[in-house]
Amino acid sequence: MKPREAARPGPSAPFGELHVAVEPGGFDGVDAAGRGAVLAALLEAGHPVSRKAGAGEGALARLGSDIGVVDRAPEQVVEDVAARREAAAAPAPGAWTPWFPVIDYDRCTNCMQCLSFCLFDVYSVDGEGRITVQNQEKCKTSCPACSRVCPEVAILFPKYKKGPINGDEVKAEDIASESMKVDISSLLGGDIYSALKERSGSAKKRFSTERDESKALLERKRCLKELKDKLDIPSEVLMSLPSAGDIEERARRARAKQEERIARSRSAQDQKETDGASAKEWDI
Amino acid sequence: MSRRIVHCHCVYSKVVPADVKTAVLERLAGSDAEFEAVPDLCEMSAGKDPALARFAGDGEVEIVACFPRAVRWLFHSAGHDLAAEASIHNMRSSTADEVCGALGLPDGESAS
Repeated sequence: MKPREAARPGPSAPFGELHVAVEPGGFDGVDAAGRGAVLAALLEAGHPVSRKAGAGEGALARLGSDIGVVDRAPEQVVEDVAARREAAAAPAPGAWTPWFPVIDYDRCTNCMQCLSFCLFDVYSVDGEGRITVQNQEKCKTSCPACSRVCPEVAILFPKYKKGPINGDEVKAEDIASESMKVDISSLLGGDIYSALKERSGSAKKRFSTERDESKALLERKRCLKELKDKLDIPSEVLMSLPSAGDIEERARRARAKQEERIARSRSAQDQKETDGASAKEWDI
Repeated sequence: MSRRIVHCHCVYSKVVPADVKTAVLERLAGSDAEFEAVPDLCEMSAGKDPALARFAGDGEVEIVACFPRAVRWLFHSAGHDLAAEASIHNMRSSTADEVCGALGLPDGESAS
């Protein structure tokens, strides 16, 4: 099934091109709370700040010689920095919410369930046949679905509200927990998919006699809400769940891709060894 | 190499308590410590920001952000593994006093 959300803008320009430097003495005359307020306002507006030796070099703005802080509201300081950022044609911050999966390779077994399941092509396979997060910007904001299907609790979303998906330590009970571990076959081919289909079918039958479509819609919404609450997966993702057949096809493609990458990598290695042997033979 | 502090303000979400991150920032600003404060480490990781290489490989770095497991793998994801000696302070599970105490920052009263 096709993802419903178009690719969003990616991360903004690098730190080094954008940072605001606090010069020595740049905060003189401002108390700790005032300094904190200026820093917080700059960060909230997406401007990194550096206070260290040499920070002024290449800085977008310097608090001190470029922009004064004393007796000024934090918002005024931010406005000055934003004007410089605009003048430098640097991208505006905050165009993309950085929500994406991060793999804990100490736990990952490369089973590829996440790649098979993800609706948005976030995952791929690297040159060594290892699962990797390739398209962070395609991830559906606030959707932790792939971490729910990971049998090893190896997928983190650092901005998720609860552990261990948020990066908190994984405990034995987390792996066993029903709310954490959802077997992919039951999620996609069994319980949820069937439940949705079954409810939809029985509701259709019931409501076709009652001629009340709004009730059918309410029933569907209620069912989706139940699932959303249980797994924290956005309803639009639940509505787009791939079928078991889709999953099998994705898994097949993932395996093929993995084998192809490994074969390519081996072939390159063999070639390298052959070249090395020839060079040795010819004493190059 | 000298000690460096990197503060993540996690601006795109509310998972880090605002009172904790603001209090830590105030104490940092009131101290003499060198630091770099970034809007969001996740954003930098996704963008493979070259500054992460500097943070990761720069001696005694102390990262003030969220869960250590998340921070370490965010750096790895950007292609820059954190040094084993890097310290990570978690503002999601610690108080501002605990974090600032671990960083050796003066308390709010004595900060200038």
